[in-house]
Amino acid sequence: MSIEPVASPSRGAARDFALGAYHMLPMLVGMVPFGLLLGALAADKGYSPLAMALMSATVFAGSSQFIAIGLWQEPLPVLAIILATALVNLRHVPMSAALAPSLGRFGHRLPFAALFLLADEIWAVAMRAAQGGSIGPAYYAGLAIPFYFNWIFWTVLGTVAGGVIARPERYGFDFAFTAVFIVLIRGFWRGRRSLPPVLASIAGALLAHQFLPGVWYILVGTAAGMLAAAVAWRPPHAH
Amino acid sequence: MRIDPIMIATFLGMLAVTYGARIGGYLLVRRRPIDGRIKGVLEAVPVTVLAAIIAPMAFATGPAESLAALATLLLAWRLPIAVAVVGGVGAVVLLRWLLG
Repeated sequence: MSIEPVASPSRGAARDFALGAYHMLPMLVGMVPFGLLLGALAADKGYSPLAMALMSATVFAGSSQFIAIGLWQEPLPVLAIILATALVNLRHVPMSAALAPSLGRFGHRLPFAALFLLADEIWAVAMRAAQGGSIGPAYYAGLAIPFYFNWIFWTVLGTVAGGVIARPERYGFDFAFTAVFIVLIRGFWRGRRSLPPVLASIAGALLAHQFLPGVWYILVGTAAGMLAAAVAWRPPHAH
Repeated sequence: MRIDPIMIATFLGMLAVTYGARIGGYLLVRRRPIDGRIKGVLEAVPVTVLAAIIAPMAFATGPAESLAALATLLLAWRLPIAVAVVGGVGAVVLLRWLLG
């Protein structure tokens, strides 16, 4: 399915909403295994379906929810979870900056509601549809609202299913987070320029893991990776 | 698990930093564009954080985990996410059994 640029004059709010929802269909389906897996992993950490629904409805950021569930233990490392969430979601700063010029028809207040729902997938489709022009609020709502409830639904269903099926550690469940994060790395990969930060991050994390307690290795690795990204940065080639 | 105040506080903290980033770029760009080296570093952050998180399991646990991480990476490059995750977990179970 190709996403054509959304014609500037609106064709009515209902039609715009339906078009947005239609453009998101592949994403809605693509989120099913991710949602189920997150819910099942959360159930393994003792989450109830209601707790899962609360998390998905408030945080609404898949990658950081996986990180939070991965770090979930007693006593709860609240600051480490929030810090890791902040770091992994820093990418939304350049993303919302890139989308901002396309929100001209949203007025002054609506963007603050709309941007609460700026998940990666919604951003990608919105950018594609805008193609440098603007998109309307109804179209954006069609992208974002079904995706929001879709995410809550499948994560909660995963928790319900995960609570029923016994999942001992020996089935490799402890590795599921690592596998998910490797898949996410692939999704965030930006070609060769991703290599220096990733290598520096791994080196920094391994060193810190050796000598520092707890989850400090995440912060040390991230700092090393960001430093490498800053040093290795080159201006894009002129066309 | 009971829904307790600590859990709620954690969710709200995660919400605050995520929402901050999602409106942050929108607010910033009205003052000055985010580009050049700063944009490059911000875009590199997700892979950087995720690489740091997986590093101990992928490189400092054992040969079974390292090989399974490699298998997941190879699967993730070509196949749908669900296949890569299931394949990676399957690989670790098999490799732990084989390598004892």
